[in-house]
Amino acid sequence: MHRFANPARFLRLAAVILPWTAIATVLLLGAGLYLGLIASPADYQQGETVRIMYVHVPSAWLGMACYSTMAFASAVALIWKHPLADLVGKSAAPIGAGFTFVCLVTGSLWGRPMWGTWWAWDARLTSMLILLFLYLGYMALINAFDDPTRGARAAAILALAGAVNIPIIKFSVDWWNTLHQPASVTKFGMPSVDPAMLVPLLLMGLGFTTFFVTVLLLRVRSEIIAAKIRAIRLTQIHASSSQVAG
Amino acid sequence: MSRMIEIVRRDLRLALRQGSDSVMVVTFFVLTVVLFPFGIGPEANILERTSAGVLWVTALLASMLSLDRLFQADYEDGSLELLALTPTALEVLVLGKVAAHWLTTGLPLMVAAPVLAVLLHMNADGFGTLLLTMLLGTPTLSLIGAMGAALVLGARRGGVLLSLLVLPLYVPVLIFGVGAIDAAVQGLPSQAHLLILGGMLLASLALTPWAAAAALRQALE
Repeated sequence: MHRFANPARFLRLAAVILPWTAIATVLLLGAGLYLGLIASPADYQQGETVRIMYVHVPSAWLGMACYSTMAFASAVALIWKHPLADLVGKSAAPIGAGFTFVCLVTGSLWGRPMWGTWWAWDARLTSMLILLFLYLGYMALINAFDDPTRGARAAAILALAGAVNIPIIKFSVDWWNTLHQPASVTKFGMPSVDPAMLVPLLLMGLGFTTFFVTVLLLRVRSEIIAAKIRAIRLTQIHASSSQVAG
Repeated sequence: MSRMIEIVRRDLRLALRQGSDSVMVVTFFVLTVVLFPFGIGPEANILERTSAGVLWVTALLASMLSLDRLFQADYEDGSLELLALTPTALEVLVLGKVAAHWLTTGLPLMVAAPVLAVLLHMNADGFGTLLLTMLLGTPTLSLIGAMGAALVLGARRGGVLLSLLVLPLYVPVLIFGVGAIDAAVQGLPSQAHLLILGGMLLASLALTPWAAAAALRQALE
């Protein structure tokens, strides 16, 4: 891990990986969408609306996975003070917030025909909503300081505090109310989803993951470039002001 | 321990001399609760049904009101830096500050809550549980809030930001606080909720001082 903390090495590595993850994203999402929207059967109870699942469930997975990424990067940033880890946390947050938002919107669209309501205060929807607020708080905190490193440090502590809290929030919301169906993919033994639906779902999940990796690499790269530009501007300003002074 | 008590005494003395926040906090609590009957109507059964939730949500907001003052004044006049230079661990300093914050906000809220519960027609069976949940819950709010207050030190628009950071983390306290009261009002055992509230208090007592102290160190760097 320490090997990759070097920005120059990261940029070289990212240049190698990026085309592959981009291609994998296109292929996986293409196959997943074809299988999910066209080739897979409609549900016997839910009809065609079940196809919302192929977007809804992967975005929920990624919404949580992004937070784990962010919390892990924050821990690394706080412990070893790797500058790249700060950038990873900062770059992962808006992506995760995006996935969480997509999950909430598709969940709402799915809830309308299924439960007859746009929004139900059910346990999983509510904890996703709180997760979205945690993301928003993180992003607001990171941008609230004049000194970017101070913002990154404070946000890293917040991300870790949130990571400790998420299980507690999840559990208390579950206790508070439950209407949502229980988890069906991760059940012990055989998953209760038919393979014809499970395959596109998993393809979409993988596609979302490679999409996340692609966008994350792009964002971290642009953060590094932005930092370089800032440094160049600063030296220019110093040079010109010393000329004036001289 | 003695240093912590020193800090608590210092903060209490400051709070008393500066014309304290506690009066404002309690006034806010009372006023906001009194607004609810105007908003949702004076029918006793509706008020009774919502009383636990109204009291807890309002207490949550009220205890957040004075949070941004927790470290801000000391940060601005430099005394936080001096306190950090003393051999006392920052974690202990945070605990002292939290204790003072609870004594000036949580405790007054607890005293005011039963009176407001009467106004909201809460069933008398719930009063004891209401006090117990406030006793266990409000220190947790102060502890989590101290972490938030330390994080936003020196930020732009710190106060608004603080609420965005802290309110999502308050959700479990709210759920179990209201859950315990609702159970007690309906004559069900509320022990499980209270035990969980106690557990959350202990967990935050153990964990949040570290996070708050780490945040203070970043702010003082």
